[in-house]
Amino acid sequence: MHANGAKQAEIKKKAKEDRFQYHDYYQIDDLLQEDHLLAREAVRAWVKQEVSPIIEEYADKAQCPTHLFKQLGEIGAYGPSLPETYGGGGMDEIAYGIIMQELERGDSGIRSMASVQGSLVMYPIYRFGSEEQKRKYLPKLATGDLIGCFGLTEPDHGSNPSGMVTNIKDDGDAYILNGAKMWITNSPMADIAVVWAKDEEGIVRGLIVEKDMKGFSAPEIHGKWSLRASITGELVFEDVRVPKSQVLPNVQGLKGPLSCLSKARYGIAWGAIGAALDCYDSALRYSQERIQFDRPIGGFQLTQKKLAEMITEITKAQLLAWRLGTLANEGKASPAQISMAKRNNVHMALEVAREARQIHGGMGITNEYPVMRHMMNLETVLTYEGTHDIHLLITGMDVTGLNAFK
Amino acid sequence: MKLLVCVSKTPDTTTKIKFTSDNSELDTNGVQYIMNPYDEWYALVRALELKEAQGGSVTILNVGPAENDTVIRKGLAIGADEAVRINADPQSSLNVAKQIAEYAKGEGFDIVFFGKETIDYNGSEVSAMVAELLDMPFISYASHMEMDGNNATIKRDIEGGVETLSVDTPFVISAAKGLAEQRIPNMRGIMMAKRKPLKVVPAATFDDPVATVSYELPPEKGQVKLIDPENMDELVRLLHEEAKVI
Repeated sequence: MHANGAKQAEIKKKAKEDRFQYHDYYQIDDLLQEDHLLAREAVRAWVKQEVSPIIEEYADKAQCPTHLFKQLGEIGAYGPSLPETYGGGGMDEIAYGIIMQELERGDSGIRSMASVQGSLVMYPIYRFGSEEQKRKYLPKLATGDLIGCFGLTEPDHGSNPSGMVTNIKDDGDAYILNGAKMWITNSPMADIAVVWAKDEEGIVRGLIVEKDMKGFSAPEIHGKWSLRASITGELVFEDVRVPKSQVLPNVQGLKGPLSCLSKARYGIAWGAIGAALDCYDSALRYSQERIQFDRPIGGFQLTQKKLAEMITEITKAQLLAWRLGTLANEGKASPAQISMAKRNNVHMALEVAREARQIHGGMGITNEYPVMRHMMNLETVLTYEGTHDIHLLITGMDVTGLNAFK
Repeated sequence: MKLLVCVSKTPDTTTKIKFTSDNSELDTNGVQYIMNPYDEWYALVRALELKEAQGGSVTILNVGPAENDTVIRKGLAIGADEAVRINADPQSSLNVAKQIAEYAKGEGFDIVFFGKETIDYNGSEVSAMVAELLDMPFISYASHMEMDGNNATIKRDIEGGVETLSVDTPFVISAAKGLAEQRIPNMRGIMMAKRKPLKVVPAATFDDPVATVSYELPPEKGQVKLIDPENMDELVRLLHEEAKVI
């Protein structure tokens, strides 16, 4: 651990200062509460101190800064909107969104570490678990003493989870679990996995699988050009005997995992704004410092067009997220409304990243600036938690009443 | 130990400073505010460390209007037990010092903490004034502090060296870098801060002998002129005629 600490210090010393400034063009801060602003300031300070100095090096080497798992627990980034009795923060949904925004301002991979733990592991245990399961797992997940992952997507079933083949068979006081899951954030590091599998009647059930259960492995997926600082893997189950006490008792069917995804997608709708803000902020500063033809490039109309459109789109996304957060606090945010915000805001962020990359010129492709890293990360964010196209079809189905999925 | 930490609200360090049209006040439009870093990172955290080691309580105090509550709440989120806001528009250093002393004189604080300076007007005056008004010893620019019973050993960085002092409570101290390390509040602390008391005290009335007349920004930096290394005559001419340094 000491060697690791010394390495962190060495990396931090070499890193450039994170000069990020927040942009609130429509004074949306006036709509926020004191605890929202304090949460934002605290997470931003943590990101500037712990993430920004190291993230380029970890992304470059495709390594996960695993020491941040515990720190994310210490600042309270896991399940901030869950009740304090189970180790949550007791905060509202807007605070949760703002925390995700600030984490993703640092890196989408760091935000993914937190949103998987909070929305896809703690939330289903809280919502569908037994009292015993909640007491056993939630406080340790909240502090980061346990790391969790979420297994829904399979190698042959991504956008169509209902086709899953992972299954459980009754064996007395346990189920026998077989199958495989793919693209699982945190899985090689995880102590527990919330796994969705079909029972003998074809009904989807949720199980909490522990890493030392016999027949369970989680190999890492290598070769990603995106979310390089986040660890991703598979889940492989070969006749894993899972005690029946590990089944989530209070849910059956796909609505279980889909309700978790709604939570996570909600956080992504906010998180993507963070990545966009970081790109815009870097581009705006670069446009004022970079001189061509004897004046800052920010003075040229084509640069101004890019910057003006970027802040316009960011502002629209901020308003969408704020309104969605207000609806979520009232328990009124529909899955289709969440789909619209996730799709719009992630696409917005990716477009902002691409425009920001152009403003940075050649420097934009290097890790001297955060832009290309954000852009590559956002290609994943555009696809995971419901692809860009699937969310479009959800909106389409919602407004027409007609299902275009199949 | 009963500890008081006096905190200021200051513009964020990245703020672009502008003044109102008659140059008599800071133009606060678009300015984001933070707790003065010397108050937060060093004074408040060292006070919290003392409380954690020896027991007692930490009160934070701010002189300012209701808009300052978010900054005060941050101090509670970091770990202070209670907060007091003296409801006054902070004007001159002397007026702020008198407000603080008026509140603190009957409260029996063992140590009154300040940051060594406030990063907006960089006055470094209030702490010394409060010490005088409370008739307490004052140690400025403290970068290290150890307590033994009611005696403190304090180090302060001085020109070319370090000075070590010994002082008994009660005393006033201003905190420099090194006294403690920044603590980032966590979400639990932020939610707990909502439930901690923030008492608003009416301002006392004092004559204020000092008034700000105007502010001026430093002159803008001129363009950098690049001169061909072969053309020394031009360099000499510019240094003589434009820079007027030779």
